[in-house]
Amino acid sequence: MDQLLQFVFSGLTVGAVYALVALGFTLIYNASDVINFAQGEFVMLGGMVTVFAVAAGMPLPLAALVAIAVAVATGLALHRLAIEPARGASAVTLIIVTIGASILIRGLAQMVFDRQFHALPAFTGEEPIRVLGASILPQSLWVLGGAAAIVLALWLFMERTLLGKAVRATAANRLAARLVGIDTTLVLALAFGISGAIGAIAGILITPITLTSFAVGTLLALKGFAAAMLGGMGNPVGAVVGGLALGLLESLAAGFISSTYKDAVAFLVILGVLFVLPQGLFGRRAVERV
Amino acid sequence: MSRRLFAALLVGAAALTFGPSPAGAQAPIRIGAVLSVTGPASFLGDPEARTLRLYIDRINQAGGVLGRRLELVLYDDGGDANRARTFATRLVEDDRVVAMVGGTTTGTTMAMIPVFEEARIPFISLAGGIEIIEPVKPFTFKTPHTDKMACEKIFEDLRKRGLTRVGLISGTGGFGASMRTQCLRVAPAFGITIVADERYGPGDTDMTPQLTRIRNAPGGVQAVVNADFGQGPAIVTRNFAQLGLGVPLYQSHGVASRSFIELAGPAAEGVRLPAAALLVAEQLPDSDPQKRVVMEYKQLYESTQNQPVSTFGGHAYDGLMILIEAIRRAGSTDGVRIRDAVRQTRGFIGTGGVVNMSETDHMGLDLSAFRMIEIRNGTWRLLD
Repeated sequence: MDQLLQFVFSGLTVGAVYALVALGFTLIYNASDVINFAQGEFVMLGGMVTVFAVAAGMPLPLAALVAIAVAVATGLALHRLAIEPARGASAVTLIIVTIGASILIRGLAQMVFDRQFHALPAFTGEEPIRVLGASILPQSLWVLGGAAAIVLALWLFMERTLLGKAVRATAANRLAARLVGIDTTLVLALAFGISGAIGAIAGILITPITLTSFAVGTLLALKGFAAAMLGGMGNPVGAVVGGLALGLLESLAAGFISSTYKDAVAFLVILGVLFVLPQGLFGRRAVERV
Repeated sequence: MSRRLFAALLVGAAALTFGPSPAGAQAPIRIGAVLSVTGPASFLGDPEARTLRLYIDRINQAGGVLGRRLELVLYDDGGDANRARTFATRLVEDDRVVAMVGGTTTGTTMAMIPVFEEARIPFISLAGGIEIIEPVKPFTFKTPHTDKMACEKIFEDLRKRGLTRVGLISGTGGFGASMRTQCLRVAPAFGITIVADERYGPGDTDMTPQLTRIRNAPGGVQAVVNADFGQGPAIVTRNFAQLGLGVPLYQSHGVASRSFIELAGPAAEGVRLPAAALLVAEQLPDSDPQKRVVMEYKQLYESTQNQPVSTFGGHAYDGLMILIEAIRRAGSTDGVRIRDAVRQTRGFIGTGGVVNMSETDHMGLDLSAFRMIEIRNGTWRLLD
């Protein structure tokens, strides 16, 4: 029992991060049909900028704000300098543009920062909390709470604000949205900015647990992408469920089956799900009308 | 190319500064090096390259070897085994080096061995893998300790503490996988039972599931051994403290650098690891035969390079000095005669330990070369 609980804590913490990365994928995908593979670099920027700002003497909250600002600016620049000029190109071309951008960002981070791993102090102490024989770090609660807050804020924004409704309208039908007077370019820029912020917050929250370096983005983008596919690309609920499910799958597979093959087990399950439900757990069915 | 030019300029500048020397009279003795100065293994290759340049300059200032200057021909393979092999061929065919120091990783070393074996040129590798010297190859040597020795040193310490039931957790990368194999192999000889054998991937960020399995291993566990380097061991150490396993944790010599203590934080307290004497140079008793050598190397390296000394640069120092002594003893730059002289190295005191080579042992280190170290108050403490 305590063993199961420990695996669940571990899976949820890792899964919350996958969920946030998947959410970033979803936002941009909905606004533009582009899968932004630079999503992992936002997470890396969040962690690395905070680490170096703290090292430069800034208090942690201020450093975190600076890191979020840098990631948002990077997201906006990515949209303005790489995606917008290629407007009209196919989604595949744009996806390749984002892969190029992620390599560029990683390379720059390597030069501006360094190649070492870095840690941040936990926000509220390192003393683990014991629950029914299992233990969880206070920082894990920050990660879970932060992820929940982001999901809630995003939901309120989408459902309750005019701008959010414009984003949803663009996701539903871009041409129709433009016809009713929605500035879809602005919506797309907004999607990149918000994705940058979400990624950066994820990066700041997990760095005290997982450490960070210039190269952590690649793997996170891959896992976040798998989570988004599992949940159904384009569905925010699916992104969150997919992320948590992937995290849980990994930790349960490592705990109960074999730590050597945990990634293989997780991906086998994803393949199985996609085989039965090609659109993912919550994906919209793509119907082509002829 | 620019490195060679730079090295040549340095040597030239030295010759000008110190006036005409007998070392300038004859053609220089060329020593080759292929190191991973950039790329993922740069934290190994960079201090190695710095050490070779530093000491070759010093030897030239002191008059060179056999009355001739030394010339270092250094290439950077970026950690790529294919490029390493290309550079090895170039060293043999174009640069006509008399001997070779380097090969930063086991991968690049294994790619270069056939080139030097065929050309009958002595090759002193700076990589850890035991396959470099087992089976023995006529012209190939190495200076660093092997992962097998790390396992033996850890198990020896466990035996002293009366602990026999061990949980093993290793990374799936080259270093972790190789050390895991060696640990599993030598465990029975020390009366150690491996009760759990868990693994994690190179980018994994949470090892609590694996450690939970180890904690719940049937029959209980008395100590945990982690075989890996880089960020993995730091996360294992943090997770280990989080779960509160309450048994000793052992790391490998792969974490013997300051950054491990910084990354693992307070969780690193009480962690033990085998490492070279260089890591605890100041704490060695004055009677220790290595004391003078490691202190000299440490002081010279830190005062000229403005960065803390690492055991990896120390391996390059050992390799170069073994080679220079062998050339002096051989009185020749002939490949076979240098090789024979390297093989006759006895009682050489390096940063990695006391080296006694033989026809069947092309590393020459025994377990005394490793020191058992414990992390206390955020720093290394020598235990024995």
